[in-house]
Amino acid sequence: MSCFGEYGGRYVPETLVPALDELERGWREALADEAFHRDLHALLTTYAGRPTPLTLAQRFAPGKRLYLKREDLLHTGAHKLNNALGQALLARRLGKRRIVAETGAGQHGVAAATVCARFGLECVVYMGEEDMRRQRPNVERMRLLGAEVRPVGFGTRTLKEATSEAIRDWIATVETTHYLIGSCVGPAPYPELVAELQSVIGREAREQVLAAEGRLPEAVIACVGGGSNAIGLFRGFLADAEVRLLGVEAAGAASLGSGRPAVLHGARSSVLSDEDGQIADAHSISAGLDYPGVGPEHAYLRDTGRAEYVTATDAEALAAFRDLARSEGILPALEPSHALARARDLDAELILVGLSGRGDKDLAEILARR
Amino acid sequence: MSKTLVVYLMTEPETPELACAAVAGGADIVELGFPFSDPLADGPVIRRAAERALARGMRTRACLELLAQTRAALPRTPLVPMTYASLLEAYGWSRFAADAAAAGATSLIVADLPAGARPELRRIQLVAPTSTDERIRLAAETTDGWLYLVTVAGTTGARDELSPALAGLVRRARSATGLPLYAGFGISTPEQARAAAALADGVVVGSRALQAAERGPDDLRDFVASLRAALDS
Repeated sequence: MSCFGEYGGRYVPETLVPALDELERGWREALADEAFHRDLHALLTTYAGRPTPLTLAQRFAPGKRLYLKREDLLHTGAHKLNNALGQALLARRLGKRRIVAETGAGQHGVAAATVCARFGLECVVYMGEEDMRRQRPNVERMRLLGAEVRPVGFGTRTLKEATSEAIRDWIATVETTHYLIGSCVGPAPYPELVAELQSVIGREAREQVLAAEGRLPEAVIACVGGGSNAIGLFRGFLADAEVRLLGVEAAGAASLGSGRPAVLHGARSSVLSDEDGQIADAHSISAGLDYPGVGPEHAYLRDTGRAEYVTATDAEALAAFRDLARSEGILPALEPSHALARARDLDAELILVGLSGRGDKDLAEILARR
Repeated sequence: MSKTLVVYLMTEPETPELACAAVAGGADIVELGFPFSDPLADGPVIRRAAERALARGMRTRACLELLAQTRAALPRTPLVPMTYASLLEAYGWSRFAADAAAAGATSLIVADLPAGARPELRRIQLVAPTSTDERIRLAAETTDGWLYLVTVAGTTGARDELSPALAGLVRRARSATGLPLYAGFGISTPEQARAAAALADGVVVGSRALQAAERGPDDLRDFVASLRAALDS
C-alpha cells in the first residue's frame, strides 16, 4: 500500500477495503498495459486539448521570465480533466457503470460530468450548498452534461462535507460504483493514482521550459488545496534538486502551514484540526482551496524539505486576478490567483506558474467584491 | 443460549444515567461513541448526535471522564468506546488505549481502522458483506472478544428491512472463528433484532437507541426492553 513517509494510508470503514484493493490491482494492471496508455494519450490529445501551451507573462511580471502553464485552456477549463479521463478509463476496466464524485469549485464536478457523458456512465456529484451558491455556473454545466448534483446542507456546506457524503455514497454502492476523487487526497491508492494522472502537466512543462529557455526554471509555483495540480506540476521537477518547488495555500485554509497530523477522508496528513483530532473549518474566497486537508504527498514533501509551502490571502489573490486580466488578457480562476500572487514577489528570475484553471466560474464572486 | 444485546450511546453528560437505563432495559454491552467531526461510517442520526456532543464540549478527555463515571455506575457491564482514528492520532494511539482501559473500557472499536492497520492496537474488528474470506480470517484472528458484523454495505442508520447479506456473512464468519458474532448497522426494530439474532449471536442497535435516549432514560429503557423481549422470545 502506498504511503508517503508517515502520511497516507487507508483509514476507511472495512466495507471499502476490498474495493480499494481492487482499484489498486486494476490501476497496476492499467499502468502495465500499453492499450491503457494509448487510449489515455488519444483522449488527452484529441479530446482534452493536450499539450497545453506555456505562455510568457511579460507584462504581468516585468523583469522576470514568468511562464504560465495553461491548464485553463484544457477542455472544461481546468486541470481536473486529466484525472477524470484517466479514472473513467479505469472505471471502465473495472466494470463500474456509476460514478460518484465530490466537488468544491465545481471544476472537478464538471470534469466528472464530462467524462461520464463521453463514456455513457451515470454520474452523481456531491456539492456543498455554499459552493453551489458561489459557483453557480458550474452547477448548471454539470446538469447540462447530464449529471445529478446532490446538495450537501450540513456542517461547513463546502468541499469537506461534500467529500464525506461522496464517500458515504460509495460505501453504500461500492459494488457498482467507482469513486472518482478529484484531488490527490483520500485513502491509498488515490493520492498516488491522481498524482500520476496529473503528472502529465509537469512532464510537458519541463520540456516546454527547456525548449523555450534552454534551462530549467529556478522556481515552480502552484496553488494547493487538495494539491493535485501542484503535485502534477511538481512531479516533473522532483528529481531536479536545483528547482525550488513552492506550494501556495489560501491563508485561511493552510493545511500545511498551520495544520497538524490528523486523519481526514481516509488518509493521515497535515490537517487543520484541534488538539483532540477534530477537523477545523477552513475559510477561503476560493472554493477549490477551501478545504482543511491536503494530499499526503505534500505533507511528506514539506517534511523532507523538497517543497516549501506559503500562503496568500483572499485580497492578494483578488489583486493578482485583476492584474493578470489587465496585463495579459487572461482571467485566471481564484485558485491559481493565489500562486500568481506569490510568484510576483519571489526572488527568482525564471519562474513557472501552474495556471490550473480559468476564472469564468468566479466572475459573480469577484464582481460582488469590486 | 441467550442472545447478546449491544446498545450504542453517544457520550454526553447524561451518559452514565442513560447507560444504566439501557442496562436496566436488558442491554448486555454498552458502546460509547466518542464523537468525531467527520464520521464517514455514520448516517445522519449518529452524525447529528456527534455534532451536538462536540458542541457541548465532548472532547477526548471529557469522554474518558464520562466513561469512568459510567464504569463506576455499572461495575460489571462491558463498556466499549467506539470512535475514529483521528482522535487516537491526536491523543496518541497507545496512550488512548491505556487511558481508556484505565477509565474502565472493556475494549475499543475504531470505525475507520480496518483489520491489518495498526495491528498493535487491540480492538474489536469489523467485517462487512464486501469483505473477502481472507479479510474475515484476518479480522477474526486479531479481534478482541467478538466480531462486529456490518450487515449492510452502507452507513449506520435504520433500514426498512434486515439486510439479506447478513446470512451469508454469518456463514462465512462462522467458518473463520468460534468467537461470538454480533450484527449491527441497520438494525432498529425488535423484529429486525429477532431476525438478526436468529442468525448471529447478538445485535448492536445504535441510531434508534440514540433517538430513544434523546427522549430520556425512561424511553431508552423501554425501547431496550422491547429489543430484549424480542431477542428472548
